[in-house]
Amino acid sequence: MSRTAEEIGRTETGPRPLPALGEQRAATNLSSVDTVLPNGLRVIAVHQPTVPMVELRLRVPFAGAEAAHAATAEVLAATILTGTAKRDRVGVDTELALVGGELSAAVDPELLSIGGNALATGFGTVLAVLADALTGAVHADDEVAGEKARLIERITVARSKPNVIARLALQRHRYGDHPITREIPEAADVAGVTAADVRALHAKAVLPRGSVLVVVGDVEPARAVEQAAAALAGWESDRSAAVLPALPHLTPGDLLVVSRPGAVQSQIRLTAQSITRTDPRYPALQLANLAFGGFFSSRLVENIREDKGYTYHARSYPEFTPDGATLLIDTDTASDVTAAALLEIRYELGKLAIGGLTESEVDTVRQYAIGSLLTSTSSQGGIASQLASLAVLGLGLDWLVGHPDRLKAVTPEQVAAAAQEFFAPNRFTGVVVGDVEILAPLKHLGGVTFPE
Amino acid sequence: MTVSQPHRYTLANGLRVVLAPDDTSPVVGVSVHYDVGFRSEPEGRTGFAHLFEHLMFQGSESLEKLAHFRHVQSSGGTFNGSTHPDYTDYFEVLPSAALERALFLEADRMRAPKLTEENLRNQIDVVKEEIRLNVLNRPYGGFPWILLPPVLFDTFPNAHNGYGGFEDLEQATVADCAAFFDTYYAPANAVLTVAGDFTIDGAKALIEKHFGDVPARPRPQRPSFAEPPPAAEVRADHPDPLAPLPAVAIGYRIPDPVDELDAYLAFLVLAGVLTDGDGSRLQQRLVYGEQLVSEVSAGCGMFGPFEARDPDTFTISAMYSPEVDLDTVLAAVDSELEKLAATPPDPAELAKVTARWAASLHKEHDRIVSRTLALGAFELLYGNPSLVYELPEKIKAVTPDAVSAAAKTLRPDSRAILTVTPSGGAR
Repeated sequence: MSRTAEEIGRTETGPRPLPALGEQRAATNLSSVDTVLPNGLRVIAVHQPTVPMVELRLRVPFAGAEAAHAATAEVLAATILTGTAKRDRVGVDTELALVGGELSAAVDPELLSIGGNALATGFGTVLAVLADALTGAVHADDEVAGEKARLIERITVARSKPNVIARLALQRHRYGDHPITREIPEAADVAGVTAADVRALHAKAVLPRGSVLVVVGDVEPARAVEQAAAALAGWESDRSAAVLPALPHLTPGDLLVVSRPGAVQSQIRLTAQSITRTDPRYPALQLANLAFGGFFSSRLVENIREDKGYTYHARSYPEFTPDGATLLIDTDTASDVTAAALLEIRYELGKLAIGGLTESEVDTVRQYAIGSLLTSTSSQGGIASQLASLAVLGLGLDWLVGHPDRLKAVTPEQVAAAAQEFFAPNRFTGVVVGDVEILAPLKHLGGVTFPE
Repeated sequence: MTVSQPHRYTLANGLRVVLAPDDTSPVVGVSVHYDVGFRSEPEGRTGFAHLFEHLMFQGSESLEKLAHFRHVQSSGGTFNGSTHPDYTDYFEVLPSAALERALFLEADRMRAPKLTEENLRNQIDVVKEEIRLNVLNRPYGGFPWILLPPVLFDTFPNAHNGYGGFEDLEQATVADCAAFFDTYYAPANAVLTVAGDFTIDGAKALIEKHFGDVPARPRPQRPSFAEPPPAAEVRADHPDPLAPLPAVAIGYRIPDPVDELDAYLAFLVLAGVLTDGDGSRLQQRLVYGEQLVSEVSAGCGMFGPFEARDPDTFTISAMYSPEVDLDTVLAAVDSELEKLAATPPDPAELAKVTARWAASLHKEHDRIVSRTLALGAFELLYGNPSLVYELPEKIKAVTPDAVSAAAKTLRPDSRAILTVTPSGGAR
């Protein structure tokens, strides 16, 4: 039996109608506690018993102005879970493993993040290990030396990846040498870090006041907060954790071409100033962004992927810092269609800014925003990560719970206003990374600066 | 947590159905697993199974191009698909009000996908961009999942590149697509899974309504992909102009994951003993002790366990500094395997691995998308979705002697060594 594609694509019945949506049951109310401990640490605990696990996310504001801060902070994150007076590296791992647990630490220009999970029965163990690391990590000489060597290798590998090259170039282009740009330290700076530097930074900067711990899982919230308070009572300081200073507003400008000889694909990265989640225009902006490039059924993806085949991946998304926000657009395209792809991006930006969205587009993105919030908060890990991101901006569970109503209230006019205000192509700046030889057609588009 | 036995049945057209209701959150997951992966694609058509997966999103009798995405997303849902060695899966996760829509969308493309020249050409371009993004334009692209199989295996199904070569992709025709669909995308060759917030009776009625009249076609004979393990150590090198550091992947053959599950699980536990956590044997020896490598990992399956039938692969991979000699790394790995082969691990050492496995399976269950996909994959591969819930106990039952015996089979004289050598020079 061999049918043609045409025969496969039709039946006697013919096309069938799309079924209507059924009745939507509301999410069960999450019971939670959001409080500040005597040591200044904010703790948010949420009861979500989908599985007998508990998720933890600790966020410590961790900004530093000194040139060496990023390197020292990376080494600190790499060694904070490698031993205390009470536990060595293997001891930490063994205790966590026996309760099905894991903890890991990472750092960026804004935050030191320690996160993990364990069987709910092991919550006390994870808290004990975490508290011991926060108050008693010794950053032993040999661990510092070993982690520095590995970090230098990881940095070398990371800096060879096109998405990292593009990100670092974009940050430099947007913010010059502001500390926000130091997402990956220079290998030479890491080589210069001493164990004493790391210990000094730990004493100075790993502070509870201004930090937040999110706990989500099969735990009773009030009891979880009590346990956290007891475990972390010895983590104290009068000082507050260091928040990154406000970022300069972005200046619109030319896209900077960054040379990567031999590249078979280019990274296009565009960015513009945006607004925080608490701005009354934010829900409208969120919907405008979704329609532009924030999900698969967006104008950008339908154009440059599904129509033209220029890319596998294209998206636009907001990035938040405590005081502000930016919009980012990114896509990777074959070198020979890079100029064509940029032209389409600018076209879609202009079209959105001038024309706004149709009513049915607004309905689609609104449903998507509300529905994807529901699915992404149906798991412990999903709630924990979202709450942690909100908490560092000063928001909490009530913002998350109240957001569907804010989205429902947005009118097409508000979306059009947000589109006009934030998506005009002349608000953007950015970078294009790729093989300069093949990217010459970009010169004909204008608004693009090539390296000397 | 509400874990009840999944409900299983089969429609008249042969479609197997798994229902796993759970009302913790008002969301549902829907997936369809087809029993065909990239091991089944014909010679000269490398990458075809994955390309075809893309085409299944491009419209069907009731759905114009782009409609599938729009209907899922305008219902508040998310979707994706992925191609594995032995199966291809498609899924949607949505607010529970959209359950019928998801069933409609999956049934429509199972019944009558629109396979057109225009969409084929467009998706060949998209797939080529995907390959540039994930393989050609980045360091360590395809390491080790594309690079190791041709060293460990000899036959085309097991050895070839599942992403495909550009020349093969470009030659794909609409007629190839029609033949592939008719052969492999029969309802009797698929598993439909629904998990989350719904009632069994309600779901059964909707499933009959939408999938009941998908015409039956014969279930294709599944060929054996068996081939003998390598008779010696086989080495190959891949020069990578973008890679800054050398890397190695060591591939071994392991027992049949389906017919010899208990033996297979011993290798899963062995992988944990070797590289899971700072206290594990290879982390201690290679990373922290002798500091030969900057990272090391081990595991079953090129994409994780339970994604393939026989033959499956055990891989140990590491990245190391250019000053370190590869044979020093291999000797250290072999010496740790020999230690385990000679002396079974302590039960306390296994307790760490089994607790972490229990936790990771809970985490998988926590996310509705991974729960739905796991239930479907276990129905497809094992005819037993409940195995998902039985795994923690089965893993716990793996004995120190079984782990030791597993280590003993990872012989230097029957394995593949794939190295990645930086070849770009200083730029």
